Amino acid sequence: MLTIKNLSVSAQNKKILEDITYTFKKNKIYAVMGPNASGKSSLAFSIMGHPVYKISSKSEIIFKRRKINGLEPYKRAERGLFLSFQSPLPLSGVTVLQLLQVALSKKLDVLAMRKKAKQVAKELHMPEDLLSRSLNDGTSGGEKKKLEILQAVLLDRDLMIFDEIDTGVDVDALKTIATFLKKNRKGKTYILITHYNRILRYLKPDEVLVLGDGKLVKTGKHTLADKIEKAGYEMLNSKRKTIFRQAQDPERS
Amino acid sequence: MQDQTTGLDFEYRYGFSMPEKHVYKAQKGLSEHIVRTISKIKGEPEWMRAFRLKAYKIFCEKPMPDWGADLSRINFGEIYYYIKPTEKQVSSWEDLPREIKETYDRIGIPQAEKNFLAGVSAQYESEVVYESIQKELEKQGVVFCDMDTGLKKYPQIVREYFGTLIPPHDNKFAALNSSVWSGGSFVYVPKGANVKLPLQAYFRINAERFGQFERTLIIAEEGSSVHYVEGCTAPVYAADSLHAAVVEIFVKKNARVRYTTVQNWSTNVYNLVTKRARADEDAIMEWIDCNIGSQVTMKYPSVYLYGKGARGEVLSMAFAGRNQHQDAGAKMFHFAPNTSSRIISKSVSKDGGRTSYRGLVMVRPGAKNSNVFVSCDALILDEKSRSDTYPYMKIKESNTAVQHEATVEKLGDEKLFYLASRGIKRPDAETLLVNGFIEPVAREIPLEYSIEMNRLIQLEMTGSVG
Ligand SMILES: Nc1ncnc2c1ncn2[C@@H]1O[C@H](COP(=O)(O)OP(=O)(O)O)[C@@H](O)[C@H]1O
Ligand SMILES: [Mg+2]
Repeated sequence: MLTIKNLSVSAQNKKILEDITYTFKKNKIYAVMGPNASGKSSLAFSIMGHPVYKISSKSEIIFKRRKINGLEPYKRAERGLFLSFQSPLPLSGVTVLQLLQVALSKKLDVLAMRKKAKQVAKELHMPEDLLSRSLNDGTSGGEKKKLEILQAVLLDRDLMIFDEIDTGVDVDALKTIATFLKKNRKGKTYILITHYNRILRYLKPDEVLVLGDGKLVKTGKHTLADKIEKAGYEMLNSKRKTIFRQAQDPERS
Repeated sequence: MQDQTTGLDFEYRYGFSMPEKHVYKAQKGLSEHIVRTISKIKGEPEWMRAFRLKAYKIFCEKPMPDWGADLSRINFGEIYYYIKPTEKQVSSWEDLPREIKETYDRIGIPQAEKNFLAGVSAQYESEVVYESIQKELEKQGVVFCDMDTGLKKYPQIVREYFGTLIPPHDNKFAALNSSVWSGGSFVYVPKGANVKLPLQAYFRINAERFGQFERTLIIAEEGSSVHYVEGCTAPVYAADSLHAAVVEIFVKKNARVRYTTVQNWSTNVYNLVTKRARADEDAIMEWIDCNIGSQVTMKYPSVYLYGKGARGEVLSMAFAGRNQHQDAGAKMFHFAPNTSSRIISKSVSKDGGRTSYRGLVMVRPGAKNSNVFVSCDALILDEKSRSDTYPYMKIKESNTAVQHEATVEKLGDEKLFYLASRGIKRPDAETLLVNGFIEPVAREIPLEYSIEMNRLIQLEMTGSVG
């Protein structure tokens, strides 16, 4: 479904991701973990094509068998990618319904779209009037995340990246969100970016990826998430740092 | 559905004009003789002719305003000051000449009328030729007609108010309008009458080098209320066109008037309009003013808060594209205690367009316990475009609450990327954000107009209506 090869990324002349290679397969759930500032969001932005994140010439992002390195973000979305933002941006005066109407103008008629949006809002235990208020403007953290999920479901993309969908969300909302995602996962690939494995208890990942300092430092099955929870990231850190130093410092070797 | 959209697209982009058909056409340029001729053709009373002639003198003497937009390219000698398109006014749609009907069909009057309008008064060139007032208005004693008819049928009322709020010497363009005015609306709402549905007037300039000088007078007697809506679209011509209107509104004790403008002049028009209202005790005056199009607009709707507890409000929106300058704003004058004013201005500039907010709030000594709120937000879409604010405050009463906010925003890449991640391409994303930005003003205008305005914005942003 999605393959990234030798992905190295920089922003504002700062190296952020280094040489990440991985393949995400259809119908699976992935968890991307890692401490703060390890590059999780940057990875998501790079896959979606954020213009600030410059990818190196050696890097390849292949989605549905096509290299999408130079593809405009909206075209990536049309091809089947979705990114749920860690911090969704407030859009004053724009409602989620208006946004979806524009995004889905070719696919779904307005009335059908509204009907579906209302139904999803209900399932997510969201007050319906959120749909016709300024998007993410004066909205609580949990509601913002639910609005991201609502867009994900209506846009109906094949590969969805959820960047910290579980942050700033209370226990009940988390359960609602996770249950909802589980119910709608058929035919979809999920990449869940998260610090904690709270959400992973509801949505068991097939694979866990751990980022550290912009690199993919470890992959494993869902038990890896449990280990991290118990021992913290330090357990990976110490080992990795030594390897890193040896490789980087020719005088020492 | 598809066809209709394409049709709209074509019209807005290129404008359309019907073959001109005139019974009388004045010469280019202005002279005392032309002013006399206009008055004579209209068969006006002596006092109005004298008023026009006096105004003409003032117009000749007054210098061009030099503090706002660039007006140096207006050539008064190249303008026709009066065109009478048909001999007599007609009272029903069927009686209209075919090309006039076609023009109106394109701007959608019959459809709009079907949409439960209270009355339609449409101006074709300089004379109102089509007008239908629904029975309800007559029953309530409400008068809604063109200004010329108003003068004929209600000379006393007109004489009492006409030119008293905006005298000819107010500014050069008020003087010009006072000397050559033609058409516009006359609205009289008797004591206690509440006009439920908005009164709508469509205006359209349809002659090259032709200036339009309509004159509107609205009187809302004690405890009455009315909403007047003017919408303008204009065909595109090569030569410069001048639109210099004057609107005077009297809002008596406890009355309420809302005046909504959704305007889209073609990009060669100089739109220089003087709008002023007087609000008596506990009266409410609201101007809702949307300016899209024109080459230059200078317009500062104002409210004189004369009576205790009077409230004035201006909500304005301006969009300036390539080669356009929207110099718009508001003026509020607090003369009495407990008066309050609110100005909300939203402007958008794009492709080198320029917007200016120019506002004046004056609180006179003794206007105790007054409340002033001014908020002006500018959105700039690219590096070439520009926005300035000139907010003047003259607060001469210490017991006044003043709140002033101003923001300038550039359309952010982050927001555009957010929308792109939802599969929305840039022009559509910009349109969404711009429509969101002006939403606080757009939500105040009647639905069919706000849909129209969203379409116009979409057209300005993307070059087509999708
Ligand atoms: N646009 C940017 N410009 C410069 N540095 C950035 C930018 N985005 C992220 N970074 C840096 O890259 C690193 C990774 O950030 P991020 O991807 O947000 O991490 P995470 O999501 O794992 O917390 C951090 O050091 C951050 O400061
Ligand atoms: Mg992050």
